Amino acid sequence: MAEILTKTRARNIFYGGSIFFVAVFGVLAVQSHRYIVDTATASLPLTPEVALGKEVWERHSCINCHSLHGEGAYFAPEVGNVMTRWGVLDDPEAAYEVLDAWMQAQPSGIEGRRQMPQFHLTPEETRALSEFLRWADEMDTQGWPPNDAG
Amino acid sequence: MKYQSQKVAYAYFLVALALFAIQVMGGLLAGWIYVSPNFLSEILPFNIVRMIHTNALVVWLLLGFFGAAYFLVPEEAERELYSAKLAYLQLAILVIGTLGAVGSYLVGIHGGREFLEQPLWVKFGILIAALIFLFNITMTALAGRKTAITNVLLMGLWLLSLLWVFAIINPENLGLDKMYWWFVVHLWVEATWELVMAAILAFLMLKLTGVDREVVEKWLYIIVATALISGILGTGHHYYWIGTPGYWQWIGSIFSTFEVVPFFLMMSFAFVMVWKGRRNHPNKAALLWSLGSSTVAFFGAGVWGFLHTLHGVNFYTHGTQITAAHGHLAFYGAYVALNLAMFTYAMPILRNRDPYNQVINMGAFWLMTGGMAFMTFTLTFAGTIQTHMQRVLGDDFMSVQDGLSLFYLMRFGSGVAVVTGALVLIYALLVARRREIIAPGSAQPVAGE
Ligand code: HEM
Ligand code: HEM
Ligand SMILES: [Fe+2]
Repeated sequence: MAEILTKTRARNIFYGGSIFFVAVFGVLAVQSHRYIVDTATASLPLTPEVALGKEVWERHSCINCHSLHGEGAYFAPEVGNVMTRWGVLDDPEAAYEVLDAWMQAQPSGIEGRRQMPQFHLTPEETRALSEFLRWADEMDTQGWPPNDAG
Repeated sequence: MKYQSQKVAYAYFLVALALFAIQVMGGLLAGWIYVSPNFLSEILPFNIVRMIHTNALVVWLLLGFFGAAYFLVPEEAERELYSAKLAYLQLAILVIGTLGAVGSYLVGIHGGREFLEQPLWVKFGILIAALIFLFNITMTALAGRKTAITNVLLMGLWLLSLLWVFAIINPENLGLDKMYWWFVVHLWVEATWELVMAAILAFLMLKLTGVDREVVEKWLYIIVATALISGILGTGHHYYWIGTPGYWQWIGSIFSTFEVVPFFLMMSFAFVMVWKGRRNHPNKAALLWSLGSSTVAFFGAGVWGFLHTLHGVNFYTHGTQITAAHGHLAFYGAYVALNLAMFTYAMPILRNRDPYNQVINMGAFWLMTGGMAFMTFTLTFAGTIQTHMQRVLGDDFMSVQDGLSLFYLMRFGSGVAVVTGALVLIYALLVARRREIIAPGSAQPVAGE
């Protein structure tokens, strides 16, 4: 073992192996980038509304309470499929109305229940947010989450 | 201290320790909000507390790495730093950026990509600080003796800085956003930071055990080879459910399984070196932290990582308390404990004195490590129940969480132990007493090999 795997060989495996796998990863990343654009979200136009919705989502750091497609915090429910859970995925108007009612009702103030802040969104921002959440819900996520509970 | 300019490390370590205190207290507050959800909910909501907790973590770990590099590279290169002034300038930029970020979080100004919430100007500040650092440390290394330890350390630091560019790129398409976000998050902790960890661990082993440099460096190259060969394609374990192609389910599962190997090797390396080593180094506390770090990293990253890395398992556990359990033990073992090992080793040298407060320091190790282990267990139990009820049975998130309150109470309890341990450790590192409270046992001469 000591003779076969010398320090120089170990070093060469390190450099050679790393370069090889960086190259493979690079190729797969390009392919995955294309796949996301051309397949997973192909039928979902990135309208200015969706883009604004993402910005609103980020500006208020929703990700540090909720998860979105399973990533984020674990303090509050998954929202990648919230439009499905609310049964309004295919109805933009209903989606806006349910979300607006929800946002207006926060914080609930119920003792012993986790609180969501009041963000004072404009109607335009709320509509953008509901379009963004519908967009996210319609992405092809290989069948995740396992059920509507998210 | 062999070289005068190594002293800059001291300033880095001090700032890092201050942020460490803020980080764990932020964690404790977040843990308390889980127990008592109305606490401060109007003034300081959970998301803000969580950002402070995670951002303080990442920044102090990086400050620790920078400080470690400023301490170790002069010794390896056998010369003074290229410029101590630049090092202080870099620290000033980072401190201003950190204060700016915390200040803006408190008034509600922040981005919304997890861990990368810093305002854009802070992100650019970090980039500039990183470039100053790379320039300074590379000039030092190039002019002096080149060793495998500096090679690997510099390569890790260069690559992690380059990856920071992806923190600034934020595509409108959520799928692309997520894909590139992981270029920073995964390729930091499971590739580039591992190079830094392995290099610092190798340096500590060299100093603490006195094993031949040749032996240490061969281990080092093998460890980092396995880290990158598994870790780069291992990124695939985050590409299962975010709009990326289905083949990642196989590539991610297979390669990330091999990510256990470098962590196993680091643990074996540390123990084999101590066992082979002839030197009976007086800094027992630094040795304890080094062994503890590599061991807990193996469990936190290796075992708890593997627990949910296969796509068939991850389908159910993705984004549950299982993830939080793993994140905590992995970060603690691999990067928190490693940094604390380096601080414990370097602080006495930087202050020109023999190792001090060793017993208190080791007590803090056990208190903190015990606390983190217990926290990991409680979260793992909570996550297992959550996975079953929410993901298998389909019960509603909030009602499942209601049933987990006992675990969150125990998590808070373990958090109290961790915070206490952290404060005791900071005391042990900063306040050097004239006499030891308890004198360490007399050194036992050990026959070599
Ligand atoms: C020291 C090294 C490591 C650290 C610091 C670390 C830390 C983390 C953190 C913080 C997350 C959560 C990210 C988020 O917020 O979504 C995470 C996720 C994950 N880690 Fe690690 N990790 C390490 C090593 C590993 C290893 C070696 C494996 C596999 C063997 C692994 C497997 C995973 C998986 C599968 C997830 C995704 C969990 C999910 O689907 O929710 N990790 N890790
Ligand atoms: C006083 C001890 C601590 C407590 C009570 C605590 C508590 C918490 C809480 C409540 C969260 C939010 C989880 C959620 O989103 O639901 C969190 C996140 C996190 N904490 Fe801690 N923490 C503590 C110490 C630490 C330490 C020492 C580390 C580093 C080793 C750490 C690293 C993290 C990370 C990486 C996350 C994000 C996890 C993820 O996204 O998966 N925490 N912590
Ligand atoms: Fe990962």
